Amino acid sequence: MSPALPDTFAQKALTASLSLALRLILFDGCLSECRSAQTWGLITSTADKMVVWTDFERSTIQDIFSKMDYEVVGPAALTRCLIVYPWTQRYFGNFGNLYNAAAIMGNPMVAKHGTTILHGLDRGVKNMDDLKTTYAELSVLHSEKLHVDPDNFKLLSDCLTIVVAAQLGKAFTAEVQAAFQKFLAVVVSSLGRQYH
Amino acid sequence: MSLTDKDKISKSADAIGADALSRMLVVYPQTKTYFSHWPDLGPNSASVKNHGKNVMGGIALAVSKIDDLTAGLLELSEQHAFQLRVDPANFKILSHCILVVIAGLFPKDFTPEAHVAVDKFFCGVSLALAERYR
Repeated sequence: MSPALPDTFAQKALTASLSLALRLILFDGCLSECRSAQTWGLITSTADKMVVWTDFERSTIQDIFSKMDYEVVGPAALTRCLIVYPWTQRYFGNFGNLYNAAAIMGNPMVAKHGTTILHGLDRGVKNMDDLKTTYAELSVLHSEKLHVDPDNFKLLSDCLTIVVAAQLGKAFTAEVQAAFQKFLAVVVSSLGRQYH
Repeated sequence: MSLTDKDKISKSADAIGADALSRMLVVYPQTKTYFSHWPDLGPNSASVKNHGKNVMGGIALAVSKIDDLTAGLLELSEQHAFQLRVDPANFKILSHCILVVIAGLFPKDFTPEAHVAVDKFFCGVSLALAERYR
């Protein structure tokens, strides 16, 4: 075997695939530490390090939530989640009629709970620098009492992202989306922390 | 998927593809690793726009083969498996970005029912694309 690859494309391909392989291995390792992290920044700052927010991210999150009507967005996100990912209905057995999309969208208990969820997120918006502590109690509640599979938190955040995208239209740029999803990812991670 | 939705989507297919792809590169920076050979990864890059077009072309093909995605996407699956070697986890990421773009462009049409139909379709496409991997 020749010691050095003569072809620069082959070199690049080899380095790229090795670094990708390494990153996938690291990613997979970190994934078991923090199941729901989405961005690299988040993955490298897990466990006991604090999440670092840029000024842009901070102001973007504050801005989005300050302009949001929790009583519209909350129900919209939860109903969407129950319709798009029907298995999530398993947690709402006592909510009455969830038999079809129309029933879900007209269900007052769902609407109320959607609003509750958004108010829970609001707590995070007001405490962005210590989301771990902010959500410790809620994490225990979701684990011990509600027995919610933490994967569902990601499903709900995806629906929330889509509802916000629909509301903001062009204003929901890639950078704004990145900041919003990073915030949701940290919240989701904090909510999953107290599970055992 | 309502016909109205599909028509609207196919008319802006190129724009949707380009926007979704550039969004993915920003929101999920790890995906940039697949495109290190492009000189420019910004939203106005010709490479990004062109590739967005390709991706949406693939999706249009999938729509036409919706009754047998595995057979219809065999060639694309082989390309992704043997040449591109894209980790299938990324199919989910790109699907999500396309949904976000569609929601932003057609907020009134992208009802929860439309959303579940499109999401289900993209899951099927992703599965068919990963078919030849192993």
